[in-house]
Amino acid sequence: MTARDTDWDGVRLHVVTGKGGTGKTTVAAALALALAHRGRKVLLVETEGRQGIARLFDRAPLPYEERKIAIGPGEADDGRDPGGEVYALAIDPEGALLDYLQMFYNMRSAGVALTRLGLVDFATTIAPGLSDVLLTGKATEAARRRVSPGGGHVYDSVVLDAPPTGRVGRFLNVTAEVSGLAKVGPVRTHADTVANVIKSPQTAVHFVSTLEEMPVQETIDGIAELRAIPGMQVGGVVINMARPAVLSAEELKGGPDLPAMSAALGAAGLHATDELAAALAEEIAEHARHVELQDTERTELEAAGQPVYELPMITEGIDLATLHRLAAELRAQGAA
Amino acid sequence: MDRLIDDRRTRIIVCCGSGGVGKTTAAAAIGLRAAEHGREVCVLTVDPARRLAQAMGLTSLDNTPRLVEGVRDEAGGSLHAMMLDMKRTFDEIVEGHADPARAAQILANPFYQSLSSSFAGTQEYMAMEKLGQLRRSDEWDLIVVDTPPSRSALDFLDAPERLGRFLDGRLIRVLTAPVKAGRPFGRVLNAGFSMMTGALTKLLGGQVLRDAQTFVTAFDTMFGGFRERADATYRLLQAPGTSFLVVAAPEPDALREASYFVERLDEERMPLAGLIVNRVHTMGSHRLSSAQSLAAAETLEGMIPNEGVASAPGAGYSITAAALRLHAERMRLGERERRVAGAFTSAYPAVPVVEVPALPVDVHDLEGLRRIGESLADRG
Repeated sequence: MTARDTDWDGVRLHVVTGKGGTGKTTVAAALALALAHRGRKVLLVETEGRQGIARLFDRAPLPYEERKIAIGPGEADDGRDPGGEVYALAIDPEGALLDYLQMFYNMRSAGVALTRLGLVDFATTIAPGLSDVLLTGKATEAARRRVSPGGGHVYDSVVLDAPPTGRVGRFLNVTAEVSGLAKVGPVRTHADTVANVIKSPQTAVHFVSTLEEMPVQETIDGIAELRAIPGMQVGGVVINMARPAVLSAEELKGGPDLPAMSAALGAAGLHATDELAAALAEEIAEHARHVELQDTERTELEAAGQPVYELPMITEGIDLATLHRLAAELRAQGAA
Repeated sequence: MDRLIDDRRTRIIVCCGSGGVGKTTAAAAIGLRAAEHGREVCVLTVDPARRLAQAMGLTSLDNTPRLVEGVRDEAGGSLHAMMLDMKRTFDEIVEGHADPARAAQILANPFYQSLSSSFAGTQEYMAMEKLGQLRRSDEWDLIVVDTPPSRSALDFLDAPERLGRFLDGRLIRVLTAPVKAGRPFGRVLNAGFSMMTGALTKLLGGQVLRDAQTFVTAFDTMFGGFRERADATYRLLQAPGTSFLVVAAPEPDALREASYFVERLDEERMPLAGLIVNRVHTMGSHRLSSAQSLAAAETLEGMIPNEGVASAPGAGYSITAAALRLHAERMRLGERERRVAGAFTSAYPAVPVVEVPALPVDVHDLEGLRRIGESLADRG
């Protein structure tokens, strides 16, 4: 039995970006859940210190440590799919720096001393490129990590909840970012290693957008920006919080028959039906305008030429159950 | 809101909030309304969306306030707008503080270039710096600032301090020590020190360290000045005449950020004028509850005759049922947003809250900004 084909077979590092407010973290979490099936182990990495993952999964704030936070869904009709596991890690520049010093130079204590002197301030203030390299470095390290030398990978996939669209090009284009700063030296070497993973078919950068003008524009700009970086693989576009069209285009166009609606409302046992029918008709008209706008924006996103997935608006707020629902949507649409 | 902009003692309004909540639009709308109320206004924005910038006639990032055309001037006011160019602002400070030769040396240093075009902290610092400049020029009687699109609303308050602390921090002192000629640093060169420089060299490479040292040495004379400027601007924010508006979307995350900010402003004794809850979904004209609406939709759906033949009484059932579902969904969203906003209000009863309804389209023109201004004034 072979695994079902998905649009991103072969991708081990999924980078998820999007304009602020589009639900980037939610989509990253749903994608991690979607990837965690058939015994697969997925790491979900957060870089911005907001503890959004912990909140989504209803956990205490995550430490700088990989820990299991959810079980992926098994496929019910299959019976042989045991589900998978989602681990999460919240990384920050300070932790990543100490980690780096420890891993490559066994110099954790010097790192701690430097941190006290303000090295992290130094890194994040003067050289944001440096902290980006450390953050992406940690994610790529997890993607490459093996159980034993020559053995299997520890994680089947890594999902990185990356900075917003406006910053993601700089964030990922690590070599360019540090090259102005370090022409040679260990940071440069490290950056090159990281770049080798990021600019490879093993990595895909997915964009999250809502069907609104500004997020769509930023997505299109972001895709163009990443395409201009050689080797970078643009992934899918995930439309989030889409409001389904409840009525067909025809029904919307004609406009409702008010007396018939009023009668129908009466039949349903409601009162003051004329007034209600008029209000509902107004809402239908507004919905029609909204659907039309959404369609325009969707067409623009589709024109970018990347696979498009669509997730519905979740009115009641996001919890683990809704995350699973979104994950199932992503799987059904072939994103994972 | 009108009370705030009509009060001539209000000289600075700072709009802050986390990214993606419509801060820039709110700042522009407030600026426009104030101008049409007779104030001479300058709106300082950091990263406006293209269409919004066009609406205000901003075509380039040129770091100078431009007059916005099409503002109603019956009340004698005017509106200028400018986009911050952080690198240029930084360059100007350097040029203003160092002699030409030294300035050129600093501007060419790779370290300076990285610092002045980085997004972490510099943008916030330069926004503050520009605000200070505009305020000192005294050409405007009201300045509306839109804070940089940072991850957290608090970055705006912390970044200048961080940059200031960095520029005359201990690490910089350590870095500069070896190149300050003639200084007897044998005492400093203890085991701890060499361990640190060792780690730094390992981490960054010798070249970076040398660049940093050259930069810091060249910059040395300006350090005190930087710290002082950051402090002065910070004090400006605490001065009477400055008001903060926190902008948030009716989402738990955005409002959580807003609460942090409200608490922080309180700690810093910075005057909070209110919270703008932006992009609130209106509940529609009819108040039929979501539960009732849904129940009615189900009833109707149960009554829809099977297959074809639109018998007279059943006509319009399906569209009505769909409309009811639509209404129910909308009420549910509205109810949830109100619950989220209500939680904020009960935690901070003293903070005035204004809601701005979500618009179906983004703002492209002054008319759109005017409408937002009106909804801001509606209940504030």
